[in-house]
Amino acid sequence: MSAILFLEQSLNGVQFGLMLFLLAAGLTLVFGIMDMINLAHGSLYMIGAYLMASFVQATGSFWIALPLALAATALVGAALELSVLRRLYERDHLTQVLATFAIILIANEVVRLIWGSQPILLNPPAGLTGPVVLPGGIYYASYRLAIIGMGVAVAVLLYILVTKTKVGMLVRAGASNREMAIAMGVDIRRLFTAVFALGAALCALAGAMLGPILAVQVGMGENILILAFVVIVIGGIGSIRGAFVGALLVGLVDTMGRAVLPIVFAQIFSPQLASNLGPSVSSILIYVLMAAVLFFRPQGLFPARG
Amino acid sequence: MLRKTFLAAAACAVFAAPALAADSLKIGFLSTLSGPAGGIGIEIRDGFSLALKMKDGKLGGLPTDVVFADDQLNPEVGKQLADRLLRRDRVNLMTGIVFSNVMLAVWPTIEQAKTFYVAPNSTPTRISGAGCSPYFVSASWPNEAYHEAAGHFAKSRGYKNAYLIAPNYPAGKDATTGFKRGYGGNIIAEVYTKLNQLDYSAELAQIRAAKPDTLYAFLPGGMGINFVKQFVAAGLSRDVQLVVPGFVSDQDIVRAVGEPMLGLFDTAHWSYDLDNDANRTFVAAFQKEYNRIPSVFAEQGYTTALVIDAAVRAAKGRIEDVKAFRAALQSAPGRVKTPRGDWKIGANGTPIQDYYLRVVAKDNQGRIVNKKIGTVMSGHVDFWAKECKMK
Repeated sequence: MSAILFLEQSLNGVQFGLMLFLLAAGLTLVFGIMDMINLAHGSLYMIGAYLMASFVQATGSFWIALPLALAATALVGAALELSVLRRLYERDHLTQVLATFAIILIANEVVRLIWGSQPILLNPPAGLTGPVVLPGGIYYASYRLAIIGMGVAVAVLLYILVTKTKVGMLVRAGASNREMAIAMGVDIRRLFTAVFALGAALCALAGAMLGPILAVQVGMGENILILAFVVIVIGGIGSIRGAFVGALLVGLVDTMGRAVLPIVFAQIFSPQLASNLGPSVSSILIYVLMAAVLFFRPQGLFPARG
Repeated sequence: MLRKTFLAAAACAVFAAPALAADSLKIGFLSTLSGPAGGIGIEIRDGFSLALKMKDGKLGGLPTDVVFADDQLNPEVGKQLADRLLRRDRVNLMTGIVFSNVMLAVWPTIEQAKTFYVAPNSTPTRISGAGCSPYFVSASWPNEAYHEAAGHFAKSRGYKNAYLIAPNYPAGKDATTGFKRGYGGNIIAEVYTKLNQLDYSAELAQIRAAKPDTLYAFLPGGMGINFVKQFVAAGLSRDVQLVVPGFVSDQDIVRAVGEPMLGLFDTAHWSYDLDNDANRTFVAAFQKEYNRIPSVFAEQGYTTALVIDAAVRAAKGRIEDVKAFRAALQSAPGRVKTPRGDWKIGANGTPIQDYYLRVVAKDNQGRIVNKKIGTVMSGHVDFWAKECKMK
């Protein structure tokens, strides 16, 4: 593999990682702070993408539609928290899994009722449709560069929000010891609603940004949610930094696995065996990574709880 | 005591009763109806339901009850649901399966239950060749046919080399085998990806580095949407001629990708603009019912229902007579006008039919559609038919 191709594949890995980070950031906040397993996170991602597609249709502009979709999904998230999820915090994880799984089914059917069961149209904004030439002669999709930029910006903003602001302090306090935070007089109910709305907005951002390169369709959330869970388990539940590092790790390992493993196997094994082994091994690579992390650091790489 | 014996006998009679020359028909429709590939199952279901509706809910003159089940593209789930459909719901006939990995997992269960299956999609070579069975008839195509046609097209275009990409499951292997048989030229690489993979950037980078003359991609459903979107965004459409089977460019994908797909070539056994009355009726009725243009999958679902209808009618409802009903199924295409025009079913149960070249273009109303521009293979017989020992 040439150096250029290696560089391009690394960039692909980073981009895929940042894509996962957008989703994992909200998930880890909710999971870490509220101690709540929210399988319906993927549904918010789906709703975000569908709302984005509709707003793009209505306004004709990608960049006007983006904040609208974010705000609308945040509202949906807040409504969901106030009406249903709030009642689940005190329950055990199994109940939460069952209840939020039910929300997935309901969300899928509601989306099917409103938008139909066939995938719908969402394309990149004009100006970001083709590739750009990077130094070194790499052709790279300009839209993927935009995703990288957006991912980094969100990471920086979240970092500032969590470490430098008062709200962030409350969030961290809630994540590391909820009871103590309540005892110290933090209005945890309002905080939870706010965090959940923020998580929903991040989901919508992920859905809106990924819609132009992935299919916008019913059930799109479940597929990517599994990866997001892998990310937060690797990174450490409740930790934004963990989600960031975990997402980049998963993105790089997955992409490089698909790019490098077939070449390596072709050197070692017969072509027949290599072509069978390559795709199978590269598709389980991230789960091997997760198992390894869990073995050596059961709390994840950056545990939020002391 | 007598009462007990009587009850037991009655129970035996209920459970052992073969599906006798019935006054009604119960069909098990096991399909992939949710998840990223669910759109395909829904197209098939909608086509099937439309035909049933147009026949006033009766196939072969018998009131028909269809039991739907969603395999979620999971072979394990599919197997359980097939068991349930066969034992609890006691269906007379099965259909609906979209994906070959589900089909191969479920097939032994259906065959052992001595129940007929009419394929509205997946027709793996393992069932159409040496493993052929009197209980299996396909109303779609043999798995390799679309790809073989695409290979012929690539060859006729004079592409010097080809790069193949397909999901890592049985139909993915059938796809590359079929393409290679039709093409016969130099294959740079065969890449297999995970089923339902989201991101194809790693594969696209390798394709760019390999600089193939043509790229053949068999990625149905959501995978195809992801791949085509990312292929266009990477700017590869300028350097590499993408060729796809009709599954990767039909209405389900066109609706989600739109303009960037214009000019794409694909191969299929049917096209919305085929010039025959049965097709015009079908396309108009489908648009009226669902407010969208049908895809190849919808045609397959619709034709499956027509085949069952004709066969049940010819066998006068005696589905349990294996020989007679098999003969009725096999000869069904001769007795009913279907949207795809003239076709036959061979001794191994797979269609003998034409395959067309289509291009994604705008019709006179400005809608993006697949237009037929030529015929690639005429009266094509399944390559594996000769391995089937059944007469």
